[in-house]
Parts: sequence; structure tokens; C-alpha cells
Amino acid sequence: MSVVTVQLGQCGNQIGQELFNVISNDSNDAQTCSPRAQGKAYHACSRERFFNEEASGDPSARAVLIDMEPKVITQTIAMAAKSGRWKYREQSFFCQKQGSGNNWANGFRVHGPRHQEAMGDLVRREVEHCDRLAGILTMMSVAGGTGSGVGTYVTQCLRDDYPHTFILNQLTWPYCTGEVIVQNYNSVLTLSHLYQCSDAILVHENDAVHRICAQLMNIKHISFSDVNKVIAHQLGSVLQPAHTAHTQSQYSRNPMGELMSSLVCHPEYKLLSLCTIPQMASSSLPYSAFSWPGLLKHLRQMLICSARMEEGIDWQVRAPSVGQGAAETRGMQELGFNTSLANLLILRGKDVSSADTGGFLDPALYCPWLPAEGAISTWRSSLPFNKYEKSATLVSNSQSLLKPLDHMVGKAWNMFASRAYIHQYTKFGISEEDFLDCFTCLEQVISSYKHL
Amino acid sequence: MTQSIVVQVGQCGNQVGCRFWDLALREHAHVNKKGIYDEALSSFFRNVDTRRSDGEGCDIAGGKIRSLKARAVLVDMEEGVVNEILQGPLGDVFDSTQLITDVSGSGNNWATGHRVYGSAYRERIVERVRRAAEHCDCLQCFFLIHSMGGGTGSGLGSRVLTLLEDEFPEVCRMVTAVYPSAEDDVITSPYNSVLAMHELTEHADCVLPVENQSLVDIVNKIRHMAHSGKPGCVIRKDSTLISGQGGVTGPAKPFDAMNNIVANLLLNLTSSARFEGSLNMDLNEITMNLVPFPRLHYLVSSLTPLYTLADVNIPTRRLDQMFTDAFSKEHQLIRADPKHSLYLACALMVRGNVQVSDLRRNIERLKPSLHFVSWNQEGWKTGLCSVPPVGHLHSLLALANNTCVKPTFIELRERFMKLYRKKAHLHHYLHVEGMEQGCFSEALSSLSSLIEEYSQLDATKNLLLPDASRLSIAT
Ligand SMILES: Nc1nc2c(ncn2[C@@H]2O[C@H](COP(=O)(O)OP(=O)(O)OP(=O)(O)O)[C@@H](O)[C@H]2O)c(=O)[nH]1
Ligand SMILES: Nc1nc2c(ncn2[C@@H]2O[C@H](COP(=O)(O)OP(=O)(O)O)[C@@H](O)[C@H]2O)c(=O)[nH]1
Ligand SMILES: [Mg+2]
Ligand SMILES: [Mg+2]
Repeated sequence: MSVVTVQLGQCGNQIGQELFNVISNDSNDAQTCSPRAQGKAYHACSRERFFNEEASGDPSARAVLIDMEPKVITQTIAMAAKSGRWKYREQSFFCQKQGSGNNWANGFRVHGPRHQEAMGDLVRREVEHCDRLAGILTMMSVAGGTGSGVGTYVTQCLRDDYPHTFILNQLTWPYCTGEVIVQNYNSVLTLSHLYQCSDAILVHENDAVHRICAQLMNIKHISFSDVNKVIAHQLGSVLQPAHTAHTQSQYSRNPMGELMSSLVCHPEYKLLSLCTIPQMASSSLPYSAFSWPGLLKHLRQMLICSARMEEGIDWQVRAPSVGQGAAETRGMQELGFNTSLANLLILRGKDVSSADTGGFLDPALYCPWLPAEGAISTWRSSLPFNKYEKSATLVSNSQSLLKPLDHMVGKAWNMFASRAYIHQYTKFGISEEDFLDCFTCLEQVISSYKHL
Repeated sequence: MTQSIVVQVGQCGNQVGCRFWDLALREHAHVNKKGIYDEALSSFFRNVDTRRSDGEGCDIAGGKIRSLKARAVLVDMEEGVVNEILQGPLGDVFDSTQLITDVSGSGNNWATGHRVYGSAYRERIVERVRRAAEHCDCLQCFFLIHSMGGGTGSGLGSRVLTLLEDEFPEVCRMVTAVYPSAEDDVITSPYNSVLAMHELTEHADCVLPVENQSLVDIVNKIRHMAHSGKPGCVIRKDSTLISGQGGVTGPAKPFDAMNNIVANLLLNLTSSARFEGSLNMDLNEITMNLVPFPRLHYLVSSLTPLYTLADVNIPTRRLDQMFTDAFSKEHQLIRADPKHSLYLACALMVRGNVQVSDLRRNIERLKPSLHFVSWNQEGWKTGLCSVPPVGHLHSLLALANNTCVKPTFIELRERFMKLYRKKAHLHHYLHVEGMEQGCFSEALSSLSSLIEEYSQLDATKNLLLPDASRLSIAT
């Protein structure tokens, strides 16, 4: 089964390109792994999932590139071609001459509707190249105008065109001290609309990834490309082939469906965060050894205290003991405990079958009104991922995005209270009432996660 | 890629514009060694086959550079300046269909420029601009350059602004306005400036005010440093922001050094729209991010490096110095002190080999020393363009929507009042048809209410305002 990726805006296109790079490199590495048969199967599965075999030349990504300005697309396509391992298909991109100028309303109300058909055709063509469609992955930032505005519009259209297909939105949240001043408005507009039509929203925060680059990867001059490589690594570790509970003997054929059914059991809760362990400079990899118990112990604590990396985890934060009342739980949450709704653990590498995931079964980690058995799923693959001998990734539907979301909405609301910048949005037909609806929607989401 | 058109009006507008075209050519020649007409060039230049001699030639889409024509319309009601440009080395960049001149000038009278010439030349100007627009496949922005103190630039220039608004409502209008110094040789410059500001406040998308006094100060300081010969501040000939070396123009004229600074402002402002980078900042993002309320669209700009001119391999400290400098008084293009006033929003447009981590580090470092309005505490917009200016490793243009413009406006109002109370020179204006005293009082009250709006914001500077109470949701 295959996944069609839609990359939107500067951020979406730049990260998408890195993602295909990771996937392509990782599955090429797998071919040389032993046992041979397993590596070959992994390679074949990954290829089918993300690439078209081309009669001549390199495989092409099952991707559609969308931006309202040509620069990034031109560069992205050229970078892929330069890899010499894969490429984007000719004519699989859509661009215009002028970006959306960081204005969500311009993207959503003008560019989206105007180019709906052309963009829809491109996606349809990719879908038709798939024997079976596992789902659609859209990638974009929430801060700009194109990724956020056009991306939201495109997601709505995809929902209409493919009512039974899984849609996963990968969103990049902006640095807190912004690069875009209206980023909180754009984020609020994007998230509230996506909440109605997406199946799950997978979030990367630029601040958190930046810290990983600085503290774990030891990069001195961090560029967007460095940040994007980390995001791509984390995404790849989720999306590459793995054995799930339902597919012990072969690789899962339905990665998107299983991801959703493991993590999104209730439409009110669809914000997913990611963390991966270990992550380090590639030059240190050969000198590092990890054990599964060690990795999983750290990962569990990262979950409990909602940390995005193992550096500086707060070991003081504890889960409440089972059977304690809501007041107790609330108290623990105030001390930093992160209550989960559902978690998906993805383990890759040597001796993976020996890894004991019992620590994640603890009912104390989860909100009481869901049966704990369904709350944790585990996927495994015995092949090393992206040159890491062992690695573990946790996709979590928990309170871990509550704080950044609350900040985002709070800052947007403060700005809205003085009506600053609103004229830029009304110019394109987004009214104050529209804003109020979006705020209401997100306050509801915040409240739901708060009361887990 | 999008295109922009420069409309340069009056002596100052044309002289500044001319420096812009010269330095833009130099910059593109430096980046584009192969002589291919590329997307970057197309944003401000047409590539024209002049052998088809029907006056303006025909556009060639790609391929070798044939003959570059500036996407510009030159307007002046005297002939001198424009003729000089045409006879100089830049003459080839313009052709006759881009020019509009008259012989007698506006006599430093806003009313003559705005009313008399504005009405007489309206159709012709629209026609020229429309023709320039037809050569663009996606026209994004008009850059209007003029002085505030004279008659033509100030009067006719601000008339052109409304005309662009009427004819091309979708296209962004950015005005680079040169404000007179206190010792300006034009006695009526306060009248002209206040009358023009009324138009700019109502009709521009954003205005980049530049004060001649600041330009003079900067130029003097650079000259001083060049002659002091202190080690470590060697001014490299090819890299100085004020020198036009390497461009096509010949010997320097009086205003050239000053105008080069303004030209560099425009180059850096548009670099991210012309070249690639890991965080693009398109022209339409400028107003979107920096203009929270339509009238408050005056952006104070500062350029660095201006004084210290680095050689290769700048250590981090020097790079950080560049960021620090952008907030100092000495680097502002108007006489203003943004650090002690209130920011509504701030953009950092960086060129060269600079990464996000450099931006983040410097924003974190500088933030505590700056005041931002309560609802925009994180009001930073950043752009990274990978192509540095000629002769530099990197550069920074900071654009601030900051209440520090207020003193400039107040001072202007005082100079205006000094004349207006005595009704000095008023009759020259009131003679012009359609010009009434009401125009003066309206312009004055427009300026006063602008000052008042900045004052009200300024008053919140040291207040700790509580967060707006959030929407409550029934649970
Ligand atoms: N992680 C990461 N974030 C990026 C990258 N490029 C841009 N961003 C973030 O994306 C946001 C800006 O959105 P862009 O993707 O540049 O905007 P766009 O979708 O192209 O929309 P417009 O340019 O406004 O039309 C900011 O929060 C940036 O931090 C990237 O390569 N990696
Ligand atoms: N910076 C700069 N200022 C100029 C230049 N030429 C004139 N000025 C200023 O512009 C004002 C006079 O306007 P000017 O452009 O000569 O009048 P116009 O031709 O009628 O628009 C005065 O404040 C001059 O100091 C120039 O080339 N550069
Ligand atoms: Mg963009
Ligand atoms: Mg003059």
C-alpha cells in the first residue's frame, strides 16, 4: 500500500525533500542487511509505500509539491535530482509566481479556491499510480500563508474527494519568538480548520527540534536543513515498514490506518507529538552502544514529563498511583505529569524482540476512562534505522502539546483583543466572527486535553 | 518570480533612483557571472531585443542578456536631472518611453506639483506606468521614490501615489521618502512635507522615511573613519556602502554618497524577493508583518554594517555586533532612537552566510533591552537571503515599526507651524487652482492625529498590561 505526500509552502517542501532522502537512504541500506530476505522485503515495502518505480532512471517520490512561489520548488526538485537516488516526477508540482505573503486568508480564500482543480488533479494522478492507497500525508508549517492557508484548503478538498482515506497532517509549529509576526493568528486559523477535517495532526515544534540540534547533535551553526533532517529522521522512523500487532510475520500493509486506530480513538483528541531516542551526531554513532532497557526507561520518563529529548529529563516527575482520584491526578499534572490518551511505540534495530515494553503498559500513565490495554501499541522492525543500531520512537496522543497550544492561542487572543493586523485578514474575507469561531474551537480542544 | 516597478519623481527621486539602478546592476553582475538573463534579474529589469526598433524593443524571456532595461518610470518637471542621467553611463537602461519631463519645474511648491502638473500629466503618467506593467507577468510592487521637501517629488510624487491606487489597487505601494533636514535650503519644505505626508498616510501601504540629516551624519562619520586610518577599520573600496565603485557610473556627484545609502536600503529590502534563501521574505510579507494598523505604516530602517567593514571570515562576535548595531542610533536612516521607544513590530532581513541559530541567538540577546507593545511581545519577522551584498559576507537591514518616528513628525509640525502662524508664503500655494487653506489645516490635523496615535501607544510602554481574559468554554 502506498502513501501520497503533499508538500506545501517553503517549510513543507523543504522538510518533504529531507523525508524522502531519509527514506530512500534507509531502505537502500536495508538491502545490504542480514538476513538478506528481510532487508529485501523491507526495501520493497518502503519503495512501494513512497516511490514510483520508473521505467528508466531513479524512482520518483509519490509526492505533489505545492507552493505559490517558484523558488523553493525549483530548489527542492533540483536537490532531489542531485541525490542521484531518487527524484520528483516531472510535472508533479504546482506553483504560482507570488507567495501568500504570510497571510492565511490570502492562501485559504484566494489561492486555494483559485487553483483547486489544478492541485486536485495532481493529487489524483499520484493516487492513480498507487495500487492501493494507504493514506495521504500533508506537510506544512502553520505560520506562513501558503502552507497554512492553501494547506488547510487543500486538506478540506482532499477530505471531500477521498472521504474514506486517512489524512495525516504533519505540521511544523513556529519558533516562539517568531519569524512571522502574525504566526499565532495563522496557527489558530489552521489548527481550528484542520481539526474538522484531518484524521490526525502530527506536530513538530521548531524550538524543540532546534534544541535537539544544539544539545544532542552538537551542531554549532544550526541551519533549517539541520532542523529538517531531525524532523525527517523522526518521521521516517514512524513511516518506514514495521511489524505491527496484526502483522507479525510481514510488514504492515496499512501503516496509516493502524497509526490512526492506535492513537486517535476519539475525534476530540487528534494532536500527536513525537519523540525519538537516541539522537546524536552521526560521527559519534559508531562509538555509542545502547541497551533496550536503558532506551525504554529514558523514553518512558520523556513521556511522563513531556520532554522532547533525553537531555535534561526531569526524573522527579512521577505518574500518580493507580486508583487515585481525579484530584490526585490533577495534582500530579500540576507537578509536570503528562497524562496520555494513547501511545504508539516504534522500536527498530538489533534484538528488538527482546525489548520489554512493560513500562508503557502502566495504567497510571493513561486517562482513567479508557481501557489501558488499547492505549499502547508497539511496532517493531529488527533492521537498524537510518544507521542507528537501535532506536525507539514514541508517537503520543497526550497533554504534551497542551502548553504550546495554550500559549499560541493566548498570544493570538491578546493580539486579537487590540484588533491588530485584523484588517489584513478582512481584506481577504476572513471576518472577526470567523476568528471568534476559531478561538472557540481551540479553547474547546484545550479544555478537553486539560481535563484528561 | 514577481516584478516590481520603480517610479522616481523629482530631482531627489531621480538621483536616488539612479544610484539604485547603478548598484542593482553591479550586484547582479557580481552574482550572475554567466551573463544569462535569470529570474533574479527579471524582477527589476527587462531583457530587450533592441534591433526591433519600434521604440521600446521586445522582451526576450530567457537566454543571454541582450539589453537590460530598468522597470522604471522617470518623472520630473525639469529636464536637467533626467537629461544628465540619459547622457551618463546609465542612459542605456532607460528609453524615451519611460520618461516624463517638463521644462519649468514646480518651484518647490507642493501645490504646483500636485495640482497643476498632477492634472496636466495624469493621463501620460498612467499610460507610461501601464506600459511598464504590461511588460511584467506578475507585478507585485511599486516603489515610489521622492523627496518630501521639494515641489515635484513631494507634490506630483504624492499625486502619483493616489493614481497608482486608483489604477492598480491590487499592487503594493512602498514609498521611499526623503525628509528635509532642519537647515534645508528649501524654505517651504515644511509645508511641502506636511502636505505630502497627508497623502502618504492615507494612500501608501508602507513608507520608509529617510532623513537627509541622518544620511549626512553617516557619510561624515564614514569619511572620518576612512581618514583616521585606525587599524581594524579599513574601508574596503569595493565594499563600502557609500561608494559606488564597480558600478557603471563615472565621477561622484554631491548627493551620491548619501543616495548610495538609500539605494542600499532598497537593494537589501528587495534581495530576498530576488535571490533564494532558506527563509524567504517576499515583498508582500513586509506590510503583512509590520503594519498592524493601516495608518501606522512608517517603518524606520537601519543598515549594518555601515562603518566597520569586515574582511573575510568574520568571527561570531563581529556578526553579533552587526545585530547590535542595527539597534543603535548611529545606524538609523532617520534621527531616532528605537531602543528607548516602543516597538510595534520589527523585521530583520539578513543577507549572506547567516543561519537560523545566529538569528535566534541575537534575538534572545537583544530582546531584553527593547520594549515591545504588550500584544506583540514576540513581534519579530525574519528573512534569510543567501546572497550577500557585493564586497560583504553578510548584511542586515532592520525595519522597525516604532514610536521613535514621532519626534521627527513633531519637529516637522513645529517647523510647519512657524511658517503657518505667520501665513508665510501661503499665497504662493493659494494661487494655485483648487488649493484652499483647508488643504493645509486638513494635512495638519492628519499629522497631529498620527502623532497622537503614536503617543497613545507610547504611553503603554512601561505599563504591565494584563493578558486579555480568555474565552470561557462550558465544560
Ligand atoms: N523546520 C522548518 N521550519 C521552516 C522551514 N522553512 C520555514 N519554516 C517555518 O515555517 C514558517 C514560515 O512558513 P513558510 O513555510 O516559510 O511559509 P509558506 O507556507 O511558504 O507561506 P508564504 O510564504 O507565506 O506564502 C516559520 O515558522 C518557519 O520557522 C524549514 O525548512 N524547516
Ligand atoms: N538625499 C537626497 N536629497 C535630495 C537630493 N536632491 C534633493 N534632495 C532634497 O530634496 C529636497 C528638495 O526636493 P527636490 O527633489 O530637489 O525637488 P523636486 O525636484 O521639486 O522634487 C530637499 O530637501 C533636498 O535636500 C538627493 O539627490 N539626495
Ligand atoms: Mg513561501
Ligand atoms: Mg530641487
